[in-house]
This record gives sequence, structure tokens and C-alpha cells, in this order.
Amino acid sequence: MKRAFSLDRNLSQRLGFGLASLIAVMTVTPIVIVIIYIIYQGGGAISWEFLSGFPHDGMRQGGIFPAIIGTFYLTMGTAAFSVPLGIAAAIYLSEYAAENWLTRLIRLAIINLSGIPSVVYGLFGLGLFVFFLQFGTSILSASLTLSIMTLPVIISTSEEALRSVPQSFRTVSISLGATRWQTIQRIVLPEALPGIITGVILGLERAAGETAPILFTGAAFFLPQLPGSPFDATMALPYHLFVISTQVPEMPFQVQYGTALVLLSFVLVMNLIATVIRSRARARRQW
Amino acid sequence: MNKIVIERFSLQYADGTESLRNINLTIREKAITVLFGPAGGGKSSLLRCFNRLNDLADLKTVDGRILLDGQDILDPKMDVISLRRKVGMVFARPVVLPMSIRQNICYGLEVMGEKRRAKLDEAVERSLKQSALWDEVKDRLDDPAIALSGGQQQRLCLARSLALEPEVLLLDEPTSGLDPISTSKVEESLQALKQNYTVVLVPHSVQQAARTADYAAFFLQGELIECGEGKNLFTTPADKRTEDYVTGRFG
Repeated sequence: MKRAFSLDRNLSQRLGFGLASLIAVMTVTPIVIVIIYIIYQGGGAISWEFLSGFPHDGMRQGGIFPAIIGTFYLTMGTAAFSVPLGIAAAIYLSEYAAENWLTRLIRLAIINLSGIPSVVYGLFGLGLFVFFLQFGTSILSASLTLSIMTLPVIISTSEEALRSVPQSFRTVSISLGATRWQTIQRIVLPEALPGIITGVILGLERAAGETAPILFTGAAFFLPQLPGSPFDATMALPYHLFVISTQVPEMPFQVQYGTALVLLSFVLVMNLIATVIRSRARARRQW
Repeated sequence: MNKIVIERFSLQYADGTESLRNINLTIREKAITVLFGPAGGGKSSLLRCFNRLNDLADLKTVDGRILLDGQDILDPKMDVISLRRKVGMVFARPVVLPMSIRQNICYGLEVMGEKRRAKLDEAVERSLKQSALWDEVKDRLDDPAIALSGGQQQRLCLARSLALEPEVLLLDEPTSGLDPISTSKVEESLQALKQNYTVVLVPHSVQQAARTADYAAFFLQGELIECGEGKNLFTTPADKRTEDYVTGRFG
């Protein structure tokens, strides 16, 4: 009787382990398939001309250079607004704000902001930046719209990173005569930086791949030249992919998948950078 | 000479956990004053008022006066930054900052704007010698401080406070996590330091209190029961409760 019981335990342990492994493999499989499929379908399109040339023949031929550059501009523009603002807000929430109804309200707002559908951000950006502030359909409007969408991610991950710095570091720093701001500058921020950078990259990565927020605010169907200033509209990878997949008849498959591959690589490289920063910081951390 | 004079001092935390009631106590210059008693008696809370670290805590009421050289340090207009330069503190658990040994010691001076290399180097050597750590670390000052042993870390924390040349040194159970050898090193340093500094120590045992005290004050549940010269208080306590605690009948 006892023997059967212990066999049961071993069996259920093996079953449980097997099941968990199977599910783990199943969750990874679709991602791997998607990546392999896109590389298989689009890999042939990748050439120097594709990466550095302009589209022609109604975008059926040529390259996607203006879309690559456009996505780069939009990502940088988004970073310029959302990174300083997001980190400042996180510092305020983690280091200065008292626990009261105001901070609870701010936190609630941040959580809810991250749940808003991206197309709503697009519409909001259209109303505020394009029309009301008269920035027009431009890189500026699109970057600002993406910034608002990215802020909640940056704020909440940065706040988390700041809070993970041990409280005792702050107490010691203050006891040695440092001001709060000196403590933040010299101890807290450097310690939290890897976590903050990871959050920033994850936020920007999402911004780089979004179509809806830039649809009304800054993305152009086709432009014969590169944008010359922040007030110009721009082509962008996600929107370009949408256009050539739905709006252009007789589009070669290879170009669509090639564009998808470039966008995917853009995002994956950013992801890789975040992972490297995180693991290097973890190896260095000794407390 | 009196260094710190505490007059009718009371303190209460917002969550009602610990409090101090009507404390009157004088702390002498250039001597070791020991604040001892069972846990929760308010010793650490009082210690943290001497450098206004209580500002970080959630306090409901602070009442009375604490005079340092005749100046009320609880005054809201008090310049806490310069106060903390004059009143250094060592905590129970050694907390080294995530930087090198040298940077740990220079930190306090640097936040006060000291940039001269010679001054900083001089402070590093002097303070490490004072805390009996110099010989062990002089060849690896730029190593991460976290690589030191627990006892060395605590002496580094002591050196870090001493680098600022404070007038008063507060120690909150500085040897609670240390082995006996490290403990005796720290106690030896304190004996040398009292020639130049006013030392206020919350000891981690009655034995340590008796070993180190020039003056001693016994705290029980937020009240100051008895204070006086160490040699009298530990041999012939006036209050029955002090006697019971010192002789190990409770606590």
C-alpha cells in the first residue's frame, strides 16, 4: 500500500513536470514559427537596395529607406519627450511624493493610461497636436502622441527600479550630510539605471511598432523625399507595412515580408540591448 | 563640559509603536555615554534625533528641546546638513555604499563640496587609521567596499563617519552583527576616539555597556529610569529596575 503511494507521488511529479515543459514549449513555438516564417518569406527581399533605396513603381519595387529613417526619427522624437518626463515623474513618485490621495490618483491614472487602446491615443493626438496646437501632420505630432502612450510604461518600470534600491542606502547618504537630491543623483539613480534603461527601451520598442497613434498624426502614405524638419510628415515602417499589405494591389509578397522582417529586426535589436544591459547589471550587483 | 542637553523631551510615532516620555539627560563632552535597556525602550529613537534622522520617520509628536552646544537642534530652522556633519552616525547593520572603499569614505566630504585630492586622501588615511582598518585595506582602496568582511565593513562605516571630523559620534548597536574579535577592535577604537569625540553608544548587550561606559543611562519602555557614571550605575544602581536589568533578572 505504502509502496503504491510513493510510486503515485513519483508518477505525478513526472506528469506535472512533463506537462509544464510541454506548455512552456507550446508558448514559445508560435513566436519561433512567426520569426522563421517571416525570415523565410522576406529574407530574399533584403538587399542593400531594399534597405537604402526609395520605393518606386507604386511601391511595388525599390526599397523602404524612407520608412526605416521615419521610424528611427519617430523613435528618437518619442524618446526625447517621454524619457526625461517619465524618469522625472518616477523620481517624484518614488522619492518625494507622500502617500496621499493625490499620489494614489496619479498612480491610478498611470495604470489606466496604459490600458487605453492605441487608436484612441491617435485620435487624441490628432485633436490636440495636429489641430489645436497646429503642429500639423508631422513627426512632432506623431512623436508627442507616441510619447503619451509610452509614458505609463516608462514611469511604472522606472519607479519600480528606483524602489528596488535599498532604503538603507538613502538613510546612510542622508546621515552623511547629503541632501535628498544629492542622494538621488549619486546613489539612487546610478543603482536604478539598468532597470530604468530596460523600461525605456521596452516602452520605445512598443512605440516603434505602433501604427494607430501615427496614422492620423504623422504618417504618410508615400513621400518622394525624406522629411526635412520635425514639422514634416514621414513614412514609417509599421504604417508602410499596413499600406503595402492592404492598399496596393498586386504587391509582391516578398516586399511585404521583407518590410515585416526589417520592423521585427528593429524591435528585436532593441530588445536584445535591453536584455544585455539587464544581465550585465545583474552580474555587477552585489548587495 | 556638557555637549548635549536633553530637556523634557517626548516623542511619539504615528503608528503608536514606540515613544519616549519626558526625557531629561545630559551628555558629557569627550566621553562615552551609553544608552541601554531592553529593546523597544526608545534608545535608538533618541539617538536618531541627535542628527535629525528622525525627519525620515513618520512621527506624530516631538516635544521638548535637545541642545547641542546650547543650540536647539529640533528647531525647524536648524541647518540639518551642517548638523549631520557635526554629528556622525554608525548603524547596527553595516551598510556600505555601492562604490569603492575610498569613495565610501570620501562620499560625505564630496557632497559637501570638497574636491581637493590631497584633502580627500588625507581624510581617507586618517579615518581608516582611527577605525583600525588602514593596515588591512591600504593596498586595495579602490576595490568595491562590498568585498570586505562584515567586521571590516562596520569599521569602514565608522571611518566614513570619522572622515567628516564630527564632534559627536552616534553608534546604534554597532557590533550586533560582528564576531568577538571585530567587536573588541571596534570597542578599542571607541576608547581611543573618546579623547577627541563625544561618543553616544547604544550597546548590543549589558556587558558591552558595562565595559565601555563612562556615563550610562538606563531606558525602560520609553522612560529614562536612571543615569550616572558608568562605574556607579553598574555596581550600585539606585533603582530596583536598573539593578534587576543589570544583574540579568530580566531583559
